[in-house]
Amino acid sequence: MSMADEADVIVIGGGIVGASLAYGLARRGRSVCLLDEGDDAFRAARGNFGLVWVQGKGAGTPQYARWTLRSAAAWPAFASELTAETGIDLELSQPGGFHLCLSDAELAGRQVLLSGLRDSLDVDYPFELLDHSATARLCPHIGRDVVGASFGQLDGHVSPLRLLRALLQALSQRGGRLATGQKVTAIAHRAGAFDVTTESGRFGAARVVLAAGLGNRELAPMVGLEAPVVPNRGEILVSERLQPFLHHPTAHVRQTGEGGVQLGDSKEDVGYDDRTARAELARIASRAVRMFPLLGRVNVVRAWGALRVMTADGLPIYEASTSHPGAFVVTCHSGITLAAVHADALAQWLGGGTQPAEIAPFLAARLEHVQATHSH
Amino acid sequence: MFKRLTPTEGAPVDVEVDGERVTARAGESVAAALLNAGRVPLRHTPISGAPRAPVCMMGVCFECLVEIDGMPNVQACMVPVRRGMRIRTQHETRRVEVDDAR
Repeated sequence: MSMADEADVIVIGGGIVGASLAYGLARRGRSVCLLDEGDDAFRAARGNFGLVWVQGKGAGTPQYARWTLRSAAAWPAFASELTAETGIDLELSQPGGFHLCLSDAELAGRQVLLSGLRDSLDVDYPFELLDHSATARLCPHIGRDVVGASFGQLDGHVSPLRLLRALLQALSQRGGRLATGQKVTAIAHRAGAFDVTTESGRFGAARVVLAAGLGNRELAPMVGLEAPVVPNRGEILVSERLQPFLHHPTAHVRQTGEGGVQLGDSKEDVGYDDRTARAELARIASRAVRMFPLLGRVNVVRAWGALRVMTADGLPIYEASTSHPGAFVVTCHSGITLAAVHADALAQWLGGGTQPAEIAPFLAARLEHVQATHSH
Repeated sequence: MFKRLTPTEGAPVDVEVDGERVTARAGESVAAALLNAGRVPLRHTPISGAPRAPVCMMGVCFECLVEIDGMPNVQACMVPVRRGMRIRTQHETRRVEVDDAR
């Protein structure tokens, strides 16, 4: 075992959430060590659909809606900065996004959800409800089964893989360290500092941030916190590359910057199983073909499953340890949408700054009596 | 560049490649027929535009994608030639909404 490597902050978890925080801390001048478990870990960041999504998030919890709005608004500058630092085009586009509806009941549900959200907020919450022909004017190629859509003007999408690569490269350029193959086995707190033991080394820092996705469940009690997160599987198919035909993201179908069309997704309670299931893939594909009939003749080249990191109410946990000052837990299931605000306001808090007002409610204790809803 | 090791094996099979007649041999794959006819590259890649030709000839590398009878991005090494088959080499990204109008 090597001697403990010292840094200002250790971030545990090399996915989108951990990398966003590590980058945000490094750009504030902190020395950062980012510990990544390895390719045998469940890697939500590699299976993500890639939406930067606002519409529908935070019903009943206006703080979450405001936090989401803040991040979506910060995304253009965040992406420009990362591209300027790394030369990597993140393929960010925020032209507004559609939630296509295949029944009148679904469309009516969108109306209730989104107007309720708008009424709960004291800020602008731009969305429109469109019938079939109004949807088709903005989004050609929709099928007859699409009765209409909700259109959120702030919605967008990004390449999650390019984002992850850019964050890790920018972290390294700013002097941060990425240590891979580091499964954390113990976290000790001595004399105001943390000593993190992994299967192959030891790392020391004054602060430690747990951003290990599903791994946070076991890590949090090591620093006097709780992270009652559970897996929820989503499956995605991706097509051959096509010339651009779909210029807006939709909640279930989006065309990537390189031309492939991603078809999502499922919400399955199947434990720690990230494989694909043929019946679920068939359901996803047939829904996508009802939405865009031209996809019926397109070749699918790949399909995968990945595990969302879910709390019982679907909302994040952002919490500082009182028993182990300097330790924090961060978990959410919208690591892409929230990346911009994680790299900015949240990183500032984790580095010793003030806590962003929006996140005060997101403590683990609220979850003790919550029934699982998997709401967004 | 390529020549058949058994030039007389298999009955002649006429196929169409980019609108021109090419004589293949029964039992060989589309990829083999294209290589024998000197029809390389089979495609240019969608992102960088790099030329591509078959590498593995056994269904693994996905370099030999061509359009066969109107279906783009088919692995040429995995499809035997058939009389009258219409094969197109691919030099731009598939345009799916144009297929709609066909």
